[in-house]
Order: sequence, then C-alpha cells, then structure tokens
Amino acid sequence: MTEFLQHVVNGVSLGTIYALIALGYTMVYGVLKLINFAHGDVYMAAAFAGFYIATALGVRDHPTIGKALAVLVGSMAAAGALGWAIERFAYRPLRNRPRLATLITAIGISFLLEYGFQLPSLQAQGRTFEEVLRGWGWAVPGWLHSLVGVLPSTFPPGPTPRFFPEPFTRIDWTVLGGVHVSNYDVVSFLVAVGFMLLLQWIVYRTRFGTAMRAVSFDPRVAGLMGIPVNRVISATFVLGSVLAAVAALLVAGSRPRIDPIMGLMPGLKAFVAAVFGGIGNVPGAMLGGIVLGLAEEMVAGYTVSSFRDGIAFAMLILVLIVRPEGLLGRPTVEKV
Amino acid sequence: MSETLLSIRDLVVHYGVIRALSGISLEVPRGKIVALIGANGAGKSTTLRAISGLLRPTSGAIEFQGRSIAGIPSHAIVAKGVAQAPEGRGIFLNLTVKENLDLGAYLRRDRSGIDADRERAYALFPILKERSAQVSGTLSGGEQQMLAVARALMSRPTLLLLDEPSLGLAPQFVDRIFQVIQEINEAGVSLLLVEQNANMALQVSHHAYVLETGAIVMQGSGAELLASPDVRKAYLGE
Repeated sequence: MTEFLQHVVNGVSLGTIYALIALGYTMVYGVLKLINFAHGDVYMAAAFAGFYIATALGVRDHPTIGKALAVLVGSMAAAGALGWAIERFAYRPLRNRPRLATLITAIGISFLLEYGFQLPSLQAQGRTFEEVLRGWGWAVPGWLHSLVGVLPSTFPPGPTPRFFPEPFTRIDWTVLGGVHVSNYDVVSFLVAVGFMLLLQWIVYRTRFGTAMRAVSFDPRVAGLMGIPVNRVISATFVLGSVLAAVAALLVAGSRPRIDPIMGLMPGLKAFVAAVFGGIGNVPGAMLGGIVLGLAEEMVAGYTVSSFRDGIAFAMLILVLIVRPEGLLGRPTVEKV
Repeated sequence: MSETLLSIRDLVVHYGVIRALSGISLEVPRGKIVALIGANGAGKSTTLRAISGLLRPTSGAIEFQGRSIAGIPSHAIVAKGVAQAPEGRGIFLNLTVKENLDLGAYLRRDRSGIDADRERAYALFPILKERSAQVSGTLSGGEQQMLAVARALMSRPTLLLLDEPSLGLAPQFVDRIFQVIQEINEAGVSLLLVEQNANMALQVSHHAYVLETGAIVMQGSGAELLASPDVRKAYLGE
C-alpha cells in the first residue's frame, strides 16, 4: 500500500507537468487546428532561459525565494516571446496554405531550436553575434542588435548538459508510514494546479477566453463579431508557451539536468496526453496529463522500468483505436 | 434621396480563378432596407462577404460613410459599425446563448449598455431568454437564426447585413423574422438584406437589386420589382 501511494505521489507530480505542457498543444490546436510540434522545444528554451537568468542572478551561491520568482517570471516572459515569434514569423505567413505546410514548418522549427541550441556558444567561437551574421552576408538592423545584446555570451549552450541551480533547499518528509514527499513535490503540485485553475478561469470566465473559444469554433465568424482573430491567436501561443515555461522550471527544480533535446520526450508525451484527453479540450489536457503521469509511474513501478516511455505511445494507439476523439473530446462528424 | 451610407462601385471578386462578381455597383441609403435578391450562386453572399472583409476584392470600391473599407480586416469593419449575421447563421454552437450574444458586443465596453441591449434582444425574441444559459448547439434552426440576428444587433451597428435570414425556417418563423427586420429598421438601423425569398424581401425593402451570375440586372423599389413581370416569372414562380 505504501508503495502504491508512493507511485501515486510520483505519478501525480509527473502528470501535472505533462498537463501543463499538454495545455499548450491543446489550446493551439483549438484555435489553429495545428499540432505545434515545436512546443516541446519552447519548453526546453524556457528551461535554458531560466538557467541563464539564474546564473546571472547567482542563484547557485545565494538562492532566495525572490530570485526563484524572478527566474520563473523571466523564463515565462522569454518563452512567451518565443512562442509569439514562432507564430508570427513561421506559422502566420502560411495561415491560408494547406495545413500540411504549417505542420511541416512546426517540425522544422522544432529541429531549428533543438540543433540551434546545440551550436557552440559565441564565447567558445570567439565571435560576436554580429560577426556571425556579417559572415553570412547579413546586415544587422538596429533593433536586432539591441535584442542580441541581451543574450548571454554563453548562448547557445551547446550539446553538453547543464545543471540547473537549486532554487531552495530540498526537504524530504515521510508521511503515512513510508511515503516520501519533498517540498519540491508540494510546491510543484501547488504551482501547477494554481496555473491550471488560472487558465481554466481565463478560458471559461473571461472575455478573452470566450473570444478564444469563438475563434476555435469558427475564426471567420469570430472576425464578424469584432474579435481581432490574429491577436487572439498570438495570445494563445503566448499563454501556451508561458505554461510550458512553468512546467520546465518545475521539472528543472527537481531534475536539474537540462540539455537542448530535453523537450523531445516530454513534448511527445504531453502531445499524447492532449490527444488522450481530447485535443482542443482544455480540461481534457489536464486529465490526460495526470492519467499519463500515473500510468507511467505504475508501469515503471510494477513492471519493467524501461517500459516507462512505451506506455505513453501504447496509450496513444489505444485511444486512437477505441475513442479517437479522446476522453473528453466530442466526436467530429466528417461531412461528405 | 437620403444620405448614402454604403456605396459599392464596380466591385469585382474572384474565388481563385473563378469570377464571382463582375463589377457590381449598389448603394444603401441611411435608414433604409435594401434587398439583394437572386438565385443560388448569383453572388449575393459573396457581396456581403466582401463588405465584411472576409473576401478581398480584386477591384472596385466599397465605401462606408464615405470612407473606403475594402481590404481592411473584418474586426475593424465591425468597429466602424457594419455587423453581419452570416450565411448559415454562424452561431458558436460550443458557447451558450448568452455568450454568443455577448460576443456580438465584443468591441463595446459599456457594461450597462450591453446588459440593456441583451434585455432588448430577449424582449425581441423571448425564447432566447429562456435558453440563455443553454449551449446554443441545442437550439432549433429558427432559434439559431433569431440568435444570429440578435447577436449582430449587439454591436449597435449602423448597417446590418443579413444573409438569408429566412433560409430553412418554418413559415411562422419567417413571418417573425421579417417583422423583426422592420422593427430593427424603425429603430434606426439600415439594412442590406440578401434573400432567396424574393416575395418577402421585396415586401419589406425600400429598394432592391436583382443579381444574376455576378452582375446586377435590375433594380428598383420593392414595389416596382414586385410588379415586374420578369421578376415575377424568375423569382416568384409565376
């Protein structure tokens, strides 16, 4: 029983992370009918943004709650900006093209981030960003120049893993006669649930959320209501990316190893969670994430732990066969 | 003749390589009901879509209150005072009746004014009040049409574009819709009405245009067109 409860604790903790990432997939799918395969890499980029900010603030030597919050907020802002830019410059020009074009672009952006982050840093190359661009024959506009000035000299991070500094001291508790819970688990759970409730409120209780649901149902008619459709789509990307940043920092707090392809697996699994719950459905993504986290921990705990990664995809296949619209999704009738 | 509210000149619209409108011109005077009648595929809905910015015209001018609105985004056209209840009603079936109505007022900030207008919509169509908390996917076709008209009014438009408001409705709903169209007009809203139900449309409209394969072939007052043998033969089944 103790063992089972331990798996539940671990599973829920993992599941809330998947849920946070899955929300980004499901919201973007809702408004654009696009699987944003670059979402897992936004999660990765957010972890690195947090890492750079934490390094600059000296979190490793003097961690404080204030610094932890600054890292969280900074990373959320960076991820939001990245999500906004990806939609604005990669997807929007292809909006009226066949959907496949955008999907392939999403995969392209994903590779661009994964491999771009593996390039040696400018410091290691002994060059400035401006020199790199000039080498390619590009003129550097002023705004880009000041934007680049913000980047740390150790960017891009390169392929070697980095270790995220501990934002606060880890405390382990033993409860219910043997179940281990740490303060990280508690903080992670509370923060994740808090953000999910906040999102639920935004989507179902605010004017913006109603506009988002309207765009998701029919963007043309939404425009006829006076809803600025492009702005709603941008905001959806920002919101999803911000939640990915929250997930990235919650993970990095307890599993500090970060590298440029760290977004691949969680990204794919969160996508599975979104499909499992019903893609396009916000509560579905939360439920899907929790179920997936629990399933993974149970499989790893009671069978062979290397099946851990397999269960997500087994679940994907199963749900696509049995209930393709997902647990909470509504079946769509294909009109002929 | 009263002041011109909407003026379209030589409007040409293509869907890909297919020419849907080949240079139509029409006017909606302030305070009037203007009808656009014609067969399926004549270009009636295309005209409304172009006015609302859902389609980009190939050439020609669309002016509202003397300013060009051709090629600007839909939401900006709504902001100028042109609302549309689109073809197929365009109800957000995933939202409640009240949410649909409130989206019609998306650009407005005056909460009390919105509340008052929502109550007015409920007075116009009492069934919507009963159903206000229901998901609108549960409404019948006639109720959805009422919601579409009521929602378009929520932006307090100067000009209301109605695309086939009577399509697929039971006869008692058709009468009700046309009655409401006149009430809306009496309250000061100008209307451009696209209809296949030529008989009803001509009865309520001050002026009407007949559209055939992307061109205007006839125009006149509603009464004139109702009396025209050509119109009676082609559109009134005589």
